[in-house]
Amino acid sequence: MIEQAIDAAERPGGLARAVQGVLGAAVPRVEGPLKVTGFAPYAYERAPDGVVYAAVVGASVGAGRVTRVDAAAARALPGVLAVIDDDPRLPAGGANSRAMPHQGTDRVFHYGQPVAVVVAETQAVAREAAALVRVEAEPALGRYDAADLPIERAPKAAFLAPVDTGDLDAALRDAAVVLDRTYTTPAHFPAALEPHASTIWWEGDVLTVRSSNQIVGAARTTIATALGMAPDKVRVLAPYVGGGFGGKTGVGPEVILAAIAAERLRRPVKVALPRRDTAYLVHHRSPTTQRVRIACDRDGHIAAIAHESVAQQNDDAGFVEPVPFGTIPLYAGAARRMTTDLVRVDLPPTGAVRAPGEAIGTFATECAMDELAEELGLDPIELRRRNEPAYDPSTSRPFSTRRLLDCYDEGARRFGWPERVPDPGSALDGEWLIGIGMATALRGNFTVTAEAEVRLDAGGAATVSCDMTDIGTGTYTILAQTVAEILGLAPAAVTVRLGDTDLPPTAGSGGSFGAGSATSAAALACEEVLAELARRMNAAPEELVLRDGQVSAGARSVPLADLVRDDPIVARGRSTPGQQAKRTSQASHGAHFAEVAVNAVTGEVRVRRMVGVFDVGRVLNRATATNQLVGGMIWGISYALGEAAVVDPRSGRFVNPDFGEYHVAVNADVPRIECHFVEEIDDAANQTGAKAVGELGISGAGAAVINAIHNATGVRVRDVPATLDTLLPALPPV
Amino acid sequence: MHFTINGKSYEAEVDVRTSLLDLCREHLGLTGSKKGCDHGQCGACTMLVNGRRINACLTLAVMHQDDEIMTIEGLGTVENLHPLQAAFVKHDGYQCGYCTPGQICSAVGMLDEVKKGWASHVSADLTDPAFDESEISERMSGNICRCAAYPNIVEAIREVAAEQREVAA
Repeated sequence: MIEQAIDAAERPGGLARAVQGVLGAAVPRVEGPLKVTGFAPYAYERAPDGVVYAAVVGASVGAGRVTRVDAAAARALPGVLAVIDDDPRLPAGGANSRAMPHQGTDRVFHYGQPVAVVVAETQAVAREAAALVRVEAEPALGRYDAADLPIERAPKAAFLAPVDTGDLDAALRDAAVVLDRTYTTPAHFPAALEPHASTIWWEGDVLTVRSSNQIVGAARTTIATALGMAPDKVRVLAPYVGGGFGGKTGVGPEVILAAIAAERLRRPVKVALPRRDTAYLVHHRSPTTQRVRIACDRDGHIAAIAHESVAQQNDDAGFVEPVPFGTIPLYAGAARRMTTDLVRVDLPPTGAVRAPGEAIGTFATECAMDELAEELGLDPIELRRRNEPAYDPSTSRPFSTRRLLDCYDEGARRFGWPERVPDPGSALDGEWLIGIGMATALRGNFTVTAEAEVRLDAGGAATVSCDMTDIGTGTYTILAQTVAEILGLAPAAVTVRLGDTDLPPTAGSGGSFGAGSATSAAALACEEVLAELARRMNAAPEELVLRDGQVSAGARSVPLADLVRDDPIVARGRSTPGQQAKRTSQASHGAHFAEVAVNAVTGEVRVRRMVGVFDVGRVLNRATATNQLVGGMIWGISYALGEAAVVDPRSGRFVNPDFGEYHVAVNADVPRIECHFVEEIDDAANQTGAKAVGELGISGAGAAVINAIHNATGVRVRDVPATLDTLLPALPPV
Repeated sequence: MHFTINGKSYEAEVDVRTSLLDLCREHLGLTGSKKGCDHGQCGACTMLVNGRRINACLTLAVMHQDDEIMTIEGLGTVENLHPLQAAFVKHDGYQCGYCTPGQICSAVGMLDEVKKGWASHVSADLTDPAFDESEISERMSGNICRCAAYPNIVEAIREVAAEQREVAA
């Protein structure tokens, strides 16, 4: 095994010398034909024989204690095999590698919290039986409305340590211009189209869980802990995952419930959450209140910036939304304060949803910058340019790579930004008010440990394996491309195996670290393969040129298959964080531009076009990276204009927990969107030099839309979503 | 009961509550059609019944004894993709793939509706609707893609529709 910590900013030799020309290309997804024909197996499909169905019974109150579970009617239903409410391991909620839920408790932390699990011969019977179970409870006064609740300052659970440098109060007092604005964002559901689902079976004392999960390695440990087992007795499989968006980073309570049921019945069990139950058994993005204060001189040079936030969490879960995460390294200013405070509520858990922190934090910061630019009479890009720091203004570390100014320039040129008319309400197209807006995107880059195996079998067939997942991000394809690039093969000639805890461990898909880490491990494994190939060629690895299945050294050229013959080469690589992660400040960057039309009569907002320009380090696959970034931009449109999960403050229940009432963007909401790259390989980030992609697109995208609405109408929206009722009263007369 | 799915005959004994979607997924092993919401709100379960697209989660299996049912498995195979399936691969009209079978079945039904001259909400001329990107977006809005690969979905469908028109002309 070749193990390398990222201490120096250097590229593995094999990758630096590679000439195949496939890494970065828009190679179609290697698993694409399986997906478009319906043959790609997801978690709920292809169950073992004799499978039975589980359904979760939830708490009937939002706070209090469960006093009795009356399952008589459910048990009497033909086809019901068991109603389990007495196992001490029954979880109150989801679990992850950092936090376990309460187990075997009668306390209710939120409405719908799992109380029992029903198992039946068919799905229809299981669901009917679950509805027949009566959960009796002693209700308590629930904390459902955060507005009336105390704020916990700098909570211990916080992921982000508070930033407090310089004399903020003095800077705010002395500055020529001070902007002080408060923004709010509502709860967001991750709403992956595939609901959380698992198929679970025991063979002896070994538990196999086929699950819709982003991080199988962590899931294995978590499941083992919850069930009191050794992790090596648990195998987790996730070959295809129907979207994650953070909602599938942990282990849902339904997994533990179904495992308990399978153990008791000695039969395979399947469970899939009904859509409306996902609101209660899956975490959501916390609602937030964000106060942004910026102090600057009359030329816009920022002296102080504060981004203070309040998020929500219940008493069972540990996550605190790291709201100002993207603001920390973004703009200059000597005095800085970034905080994440908390209100405790009796609602379903909040957790990481696509770009925790940045997705909604950059909404506030980027709208505030737009407001400040207007107050100063400056172009919004010029204001940002004047505050582009030379190094990380919060940690004083140098940036590994940062091409933000190039993103502004390229985006402005492609979008036609210079033609902007700064005065709101100046452009009319019939009854539509037209406006444009921009915002900056930033998503922190994380380096995590990952391992991969690369093998060459008889005939030269290449396989790369690790326990990474492909949640639609393109993992299968970029791993094939990485190995194909270095070993001189066509991507189709490389088999990729993923989503199985029997394979080398990675940190899975989360935090946009998956692609960079897993491809780096594969690149290191290829170094070991190259060393062996060089030995067989009687050459030095540096002399080898691998292209189109041929290995050359000087004038000699041999088919790769002939070098392998009956003697397979098996190699492992392990990439771990090193000094570079401590020495440098790492992030992906970008600039969003949006044009909107707001109907002057109805207040309807249509996004007419968007342009995004991004700096993500090495682009591993131009097509899949573009798709993800554009998808993120559409999430920005979606939360700017539609998404809001609404709680009934009387009951602690969600009012709109389905696609009919919780409005995600649909095809007709989406205009032509352009995505371009300013590509600079970031050797400090990891061995392949690829930075975060998946969560960058959403960061700032909603702000660009909201800023465009202001340019169109003069209305400043500080509470998203910008629905018709928020715009109508303030629209200029037609 | 007896069903004709993708030109093949199936016999099944089903609960009267069983949806057409669950019949395929849980009883017949045809898991290509997906369940996203079970409410008719997401379109992942879209199939073609007698040539028309339908949310298979919102219709009961017992209502379809003599119908011609087509699921994604009947459109093409990995070795022999339907033109729309090939176009989705070419244009990266998906990410996670979960909504994809529904998108493709929906597109097949939608293109047939256009051919028959059916108008949509965005058609300027209700008797002879134009065919452009806004028509595709509008007519495909019953199929949610949370990954939001919409621009690529539109591009894939647009290309296939243009090819079909050339052949027709």
